[in-house]
Amino acid sequence: MATILGIDYPTLWFFVVGFLFSGYAILEGLDYGAGMWHLFFQKDESRRIAINAIGPLWDANQVWLVIGGGALFAGFPVLYATMLSAMYVPFMLFLAMLVFRSSAIKFRSAEPMLWWRKTWDIIYFISNLLISFLLGVVLGNLIEGIELKENFVYDGGVFLSFLSPYAILTGITTVALFMMHGAIFLLLKTEGRLYAKLTFLLRRSIVFFILSFSILSVYTIVFIESVADRFREFPLFFVLPILALLSIANIPRLVSKHKYFQALIFSSLTMSFLLMLVAFQLFPVLLLSTISPEYNITIYNAASSEKSLGIMLTIAAIGTPLIFIYFLFLYNTFKGKVIMDDDSY
Amino acid sequence: MDVEILSRIQFAFTIAFHYIFPPLSIGIGLMLVIFEGMFLKTGNKQYEILTRFWLKIFAIIFGIGVATGIIMEFEFGTNWAVYSRYVGDIFGSALAAEGLFAFGLESTFLGVLLFGWNRVSPVVHFISTLGVFLGSMFSAVWIVVANSWQQTPAGYHIVGDGFNARAEVTDFWQMVFNPSSVDRVIHVWQGAFLAGAFMVLSVHAYYLLKGKHKEISYLAFKPALAIATIFSLTQLFSGHRSADLVAEHQPAKLAAMEGHYQAKSPADLYLFGWVDNKAQKVTGLGIPGGLSFLVHQDFNADIIGLNAYDVKDRPSQVNAVFQFYHIMISIGMVLIFLTLYASFLWWRGKLFEQKWMMRIFAFSVLLPQIANQAGWFAAEMGRQPWIVYGHLRTSEGFSQEVSAQQVLFSLILFGVIYSLLFLLFLYSLNKKIKHGPVDYHPTSKLAQQ
Repeated sequence: MATILGIDYPTLWFFVVGFLFSGYAILEGLDYGAGMWHLFFQKDESRRIAINAIGPLWDANQVWLVIGGGALFAGFPVLYATMLSAMYVPFMLFLAMLVFRSSAIKFRSAEPMLWWRKTWDIIYFISNLLISFLLGVVLGNLIEGIELKENFVYDGGVFLSFLSPYAILTGITTVALFMMHGAIFLLLKTEGRLYAKLTFLLRRSIVFFILSFSILSVYTIVFIESVADRFREFPLFFVLPILALLSIANIPRLVSKHKYFQALIFSSLTMSFLLMLVAFQLFPVLLLSTISPEYNITIYNAASSEKSLGIMLTIAAIGTPLIFIYFLFLYNTFKGKVIMDDDSY
Repeated sequence: MDVEILSRIQFAFTIAFHYIFPPLSIGIGLMLVIFEGMFLKTGNKQYEILTRFWLKIFAIIFGIGVATGIIMEFEFGTNWAVYSRYVGDIFGSALAAEGLFAFGLESTFLGVLLFGWNRVSPVVHFISTLGVFLGSMFSAVWIVVANSWQQTPAGYHIVGDGFNARAEVTDFWQMVFNPSSVDRVIHVWQGAFLAGAFMVLSVHAYYLLKGKHKEISYLAFKPALAIATIFSLTQLFSGHRSADLVAEHQPAKLAAMEGHYQAKSPADLYLFGWVDNKAQKVTGLGIPGGLSFLVHQDFNADIIGLNAYDVKDRPSQVNAVFQFYHIMISIGMVLIFLTLYASFLWWRGKLFEQKWMMRIFAFSVLLPQIANQAGWFAAEMGRQPWIVYGHLRTSEGFSQEVSAQQVLFSLILFGVIYSLLFLLFLYSLNKKIKHGPVDYHPTSKLAQQ
């Protein structure tokens, strides 16, 4: 079996996919989070500023979803195929909401009529909310497992079966985390009264997040038995929840000092640590079967051939630095507060 | 209706709708590069106005292209799970390469392109335009490579059997440069250039008819007409190359394109016609032995016909393949005559005086659009019953666990969303065209509120 630094290719690709989805959560978390504050702003001008805060960035941020999806398809086709077809209805809703969201950004400010803008505002808010919630629901189902039988075929309900209490909790926590993340980002981008309002909203969202996260954590420890076993088996990894909690604790501290950029870094780190926890809990399983462990989808039975993974790793090694350069250039071009001009949304 | 047919309808509908937009992005992208390049070179303010005007239209088109494209990326998994497991090793790597090398480039530079006018220098802005254009070109490369592999698989071997059978890559470059990919990429690029150039021609012909924005429309018309003329002509050769490849690698598809049934006999080339699949007969106007001549340069050469294949191994919708293929060819011919004649008039200095020519051009935007769609329908319906040519049938590729009700739900969902999206697209396009390429006032938007 081919390895790099003693790590086999499927494991390496597991890291790549984890990295890409962390990037997706961090970057699109900004956009979805900002979008969920939309209806909290009363004035049209504030809503426009909030949209233009992500205006030049959201198209680029979306790249991480596209690359993440491609990486999943290419590296773990079995997971890609089974997860998407099993969770058909949630994913179709997710995709539909993505279309609504992009349309709202593009068309909202294209007309001056009040009814037009208000309609798009509601669509924009709901789509961001549902997207975030559904992402959390999918994550919850990954942790809990779904009814997989042989040949990786799903044998369960269509939609409601994905809304287990646990999945609803992960959904709500994701919404809360993105809202906090988005509020910090908007604070970096706004001034004046909108800024003042956001400092107030951010404090609320930190409370919302810490509450929902605490409930989720307790629920996880009590109801997901394998979690405790995992840590007993690999006690060293207990450092992960500690890091996650420390970085969460750091956010209100930095916010109270108005160090929003650092706060944004720590909310990003929080996302990464939480995803690492999920990865640690699952590895090497990708999709748990609640019917029998022999039907689990793992990084080994889901992976593409070694040859293909080798090619993909090469592609990723060339492509990722390029993406980083593009992003540095883009974010550097649009750093600082939002300035509205003729080209704005 | 069963899951297979519903999934096929959904895929055809979502991909056909999606395919309105990326070719326009590529084609208008090329025009933007030309307009902005001319602005940098000449310093003529009119070119800047043109660039900004077309950029506004480009932004809508690009946006809808991305939104509908993301759905395509995930629809393989949702509706075609068996297919996805079968080809992931190969098809997935092409998609991932598209994301990293193409989509990443176009989407990051798009922000600079749309919102960076006051933040970067004109040269950096031009480089961003170039980045977006090249990104969209690369995008086409990887997507067409993936599709071409389905048409003419290469550089792979099949591992396992039954449900666990997979295609695995053995030679990456052989997979990328499979027999049909280079020619099909060129064919798709040129189709995209035509889509964009004719859209520019169409809008500016409309202005000239209305007697509005005359100077700037002359300026825009000329490079667009040059692009349209060149690529209408080269598309003929590229089309011929593609047909040769189909003859070599997918004889059943070629036979369906011309409604040729007899297992081994000289085949006719039809200008138009109607295929009766039951009677295995084509009624129409054709050149006897024409297809034999095109493929083998001999009117009496044998061409493999549909009857050389078992009924279950050949396309069943022969008339549809025939019609789509002939629509594409006919439009290609019309574009050649139209652009050559217009170029001749331009050379004689009489082009803009011919009102009827401008009227034709005003509607010409539809022609490459229809040809692009028809070409893809011919290519994909002609590939049936295979989803991966010779290896996996479409009827084996769909998701086993998805029910007909679920697909019906998503089909209706996308039907409604895409209809709304299309209306919005037409509405905002119309609005931008009515507004026109007028001078740039920094305060205009503030004044509107």
